Amino acid sequence: MSEHTTEAVVQAPAVQDESLILEAVKEFFENRVAAVGLVIFIIMIGVALFAPYITPQNPYDLMSIDIMDGKLAPGSKSFDGSVTYWLGTDSQGRDMFSSILYGLRISLGVGVVSTIIALVIGAVIGLWAAFVGGKTDSVIMRIVDLQLSFPAILVALILLAILGKGVDKIILALILVQWAYYARAIRSNVIVERSKEYVEAAKCLALPQRRIMFSHVLPNCTPELIVISTVKVASAIALEATLSFLGLGMPITEPSLGLLISNGFKYLQSGYYWISFYPGVALLILIVSINLVGDRLRDVLNPRLKR
Amino acid sequence: MLAFLIRRISQSAVVLLVMSLLVFVGVFYIGNPIDILIAPDATPAEYARAVHELGLDKPLWEQYTIFLKGALHGDFGNSFVYNEPALKVILDRLPATLELAFTAMFIAVIFGIPLGMVAGMKANNWIGRNIMRFSILGFSLPTFWVGLMLIIIFSVQLNWLPSGGRGETVMLLGIPVSFLTLSGLAHLILPATNLALFKTSLAIRLTRAGVQENMQMDYVKFARAKGLSETRVIGLHVMKNIMIPVITVLGMEFGSLIAFAVVTETIFAWPGMGKLVIDSIGVLDRPIIVAYLLITVTMFIIINLVVDILYSILDPRVRLGQER
Amino acid sequence: MSTPLLEISNLKTHFFTRAGVAKAVNGISLTINKGEVVGIVGESGSGKSVTGFSIMGLVDEPGRVVGGSIKFKGRELLTQSVEEWRNFRGNEVAMIFQDPMMTLNPVLRIDTQMIEAVRTHEKVSKAEARKRAVEALAMVGIPSPEERVKAYPHQFSGGMRQRVAIATGLLNRPDLIIADEPTTALDVTIQSQILSEMQTLCRKTGMSLMWVTHDLTVIAGLANRVAVMYAGKIIEEGAVEDVLDKPLHPYTEGLVGSVPSKNHRGEPLYQIPGMTPSLINLPEGCSFRMRCPKATEKCHCEPPVTETANGRRVCCFHPNL
Repeated sequence: MSEHTTEAVVQAPAVQDESLILEAVKEFFENRVAAVGLVIFIIMIGVALFAPYITPQNPYDLMSIDIMDGKLAPGSKSFDGSVTYWLGTDSQGRDMFSSILYGLRISLGVGVVSTIIALVIGAVIGLWAAFVGGKTDSVIMRIVDLQLSFPAILVALILLAILGKGVDKIILALILVQWAYYARAIRSNVIVERSKEYVEAAKCLALPQRRIMFSHVLPNCTPELIVISTVKVASAIALEATLSFLGLGMPITEPSLGLLISNGFKYLQSGYYWISFYPGVALLILIVSINLVGDRLRDVLNPRLKR
Repeated sequence: MLAFLIRRISQSAVVLLVMSLLVFVGVFYIGNPIDILIAPDATPAEYARAVHELGLDKPLWEQYTIFLKGALHGDFGNSFVYNEPALKVILDRLPATLELAFTAMFIAVIFGIPLGMVAGMKANNWIGRNIMRFSILGFSLPTFWVGLMLIIIFSVQLNWLPSGGRGETVMLLGIPVSFLTLSGLAHLILPATNLALFKTSLAIRLTRAGVQENMQMDYVKFARAKGLSETRVIGLHVMKNIMIPVITVLGMEFGSLIAFAVVTETIFAWPGMGKLVIDSIGVLDRPIIVAYLLITVTMFIIINLVVDILYSILDPRVRLGQER
Repeated sequence: MSTPLLEISNLKTHFFTRAGVAKAVNGISLTINKGEVVGIVGESGSGKSVTGFSIMGLVDEPGRVVGGSIKFKGRELLTQSVEEWRNFRGNEVAMIFQDPMMTLNPVLRIDTQMIEAVRTHEKVSKAEARKRAVEALAMVGIPSPEERVKAYPHQFSGGMRQRVAIATGLLNRPDLIIADEPTTALDVTIQSQILSEMQTLCRKTGMSLMWVTHDLTVIAGLANRVAVMYAGKIIEEGAVEDVLDKPLHPYTEGLVGSVPSKNHRGEPLYQIPGMTPSLINLPEGCSFRMRCPKATEKCHCEPPVTETANGRRVCCFHPNL
């Protein structure tokens, strides 16, 4: 066999081909709903990143808020007439629109950061389990199965009951809740990929184990990982919001969307619905848009996985 | 079967042991209970005596054995807030949580399975597609958000149903239940619906997938070829094949209903153990937290075990220990 | 001649898929007389199974019978109501499927599945229906049927399950059994056992049998008459001995030539070149012309059906006459 043909076999099939990626992008946009979801998601990221430049006030700068503006209905003018609160104000007189954008920032940040870290940890452990095999593999997978048999909320609850509140703690909890999914997904993917011809070929070339793992097998698991992590970002954001709503997650100083909803919950009965309703709507739009993107990605990327 | 039972039970025991260690170390060791139990202005001598009395000067493993011994006898210490044994405080609230969880499961089964069957048989028309859209929504919406919406719509705006609390209860076989009274039912509907939403979506998906898979099977065609009516083919042949996995998965999910009840109970001020634990975490009532976590995990493990056994009884292929 | 048991004329069953219309059965005519065993031979995708399902009224979506007629004892089937179809299936005509592992419902006991087949057509007591089930099982050679009837399908081997399926088909003493490759999934030894049992059964009960298979050797030992299908059409039909000994259609000739036999040991087997055409894009004229060694310009037109002596029919411009 000549050098050239060997390389061709060793080339991991699906991912490196640029035209395939282009094709996937095109296919993605054929679905209008998913395209809209993606646009909304990008806008959400944009407004979250640039919140300080867009919002009419910094809701956490005590100088810019006025308690006299507390609990104003959506569309009201501020006490001194300088600002219009399109989404109303909370009990402290903070503009809800500004609060939501800042909250979005925190929610997205926590969700994305924890997902990325969990993904890396899960991927490494999953790869390790798959390649080492034997006892190590079965012990790791036992732990994974065990953890996945408990609902995420219970695992997070146990952790936060032990650790207490804090941004670092909730990120830790979200990582611990998520890593097992990635570990399992990677492991099963790697085991499938490993039996394929191009890995055999790489082995025949006596490429080092590590190189085969990272530059040949892992790229072929990427589509699957993209799909899972998109969906998992949404569920991490939802879980953070739930925990914060329960008063277990973010501290008062880091008001994520969940915390905003929780703060407004007290006033719900008294008719000041907007204090929790609008942050809720923002959360909903965020989660649904991510899920739409994730669902479409699954459809677009899966046929490539099946080859 | 016996070997299977013994293996599963010993596995469960190990899991429980690990959990108890984790919770013990986490709650009692990382957070030092002394600081809460003793006045801040206590002298070092008083402090040392308290430490000694509570056994906190003993090595960790010894403290853990003492804790474990107590836990095995149902003694998790007294609640700081209620000044009653933690176990009793929790068991008092267990019926409310169980009632909520059972009602939610009931709703999920009676709505989810028929909807899933319709969605499976009419996958390509608008009814099937809308059912699936509903289930996607049910999956992606956070439970607490839906709970809020239910309150805003049905309590605040329409004023049809109460927004929180548990209604009047009556004793049924020595257990207080609320679904037999009118006010109890009114209070139960919203939280149970809220808790059921996720499981309903799950039931729809499972049933739909099962129907679609089974309708393709030769045995369905053979049953039709025998001249059976469509009602019998679907109602008996297909249903019996679907029910086994659906019931198994839903059974497994019952534990997570109890876990998720934490959210629903907090929103609807339902006096169950979920709300209790959230309140207790707020005031650092450690015995309650520990007891709740261990009881929930135990329930979880028991549920999984029971479902596994039921599954093997229900499915003739598994029952006889043969391969498919 | 009296009315034939089954008379199919110009039957068309098409599948309306996203990729186009697949003409699985494209105008076939076939008669089966009482007591006759007819073999339908063809490659997979030639429409032989769909023919069987069309007779049973069990063509799955997106398939539909779009033309022709199926007459059973002189009665048109295609215009039957849902209820008439239900009474017809399993009662007058029974069907047995290819994979015995899949045809019985895995979670229902054999007795449940057999009793319901009796009771859906006849108002008899459960005990009576069970008695009949046990008799039927005994008839197909299942040992200690009183015990075995209480078992679940997975407790039987493949061959035994197929016997159960056959027994289920026999329950209502149908006039015709359509067997859709019932022995393909079985071991060769079991296959020959079941074949000979089926033969005996037909002779004893006088029922007709339509045996669908891709295996010419099965037909050779079993059937009186054979119809060869290719791309949704019957291209040759006649008495088994005639067709196998002296095939008229080039395709049949290829089929017969590709069967290993004692007389030709050591010689290379004949292969029909090329592949079965896609049913969505059938070529104009004769569908076999692309693979046919005898094809000429003429074959771009629809080939005529030639009837020869002893009731043989062939659909070809260049038959081996």
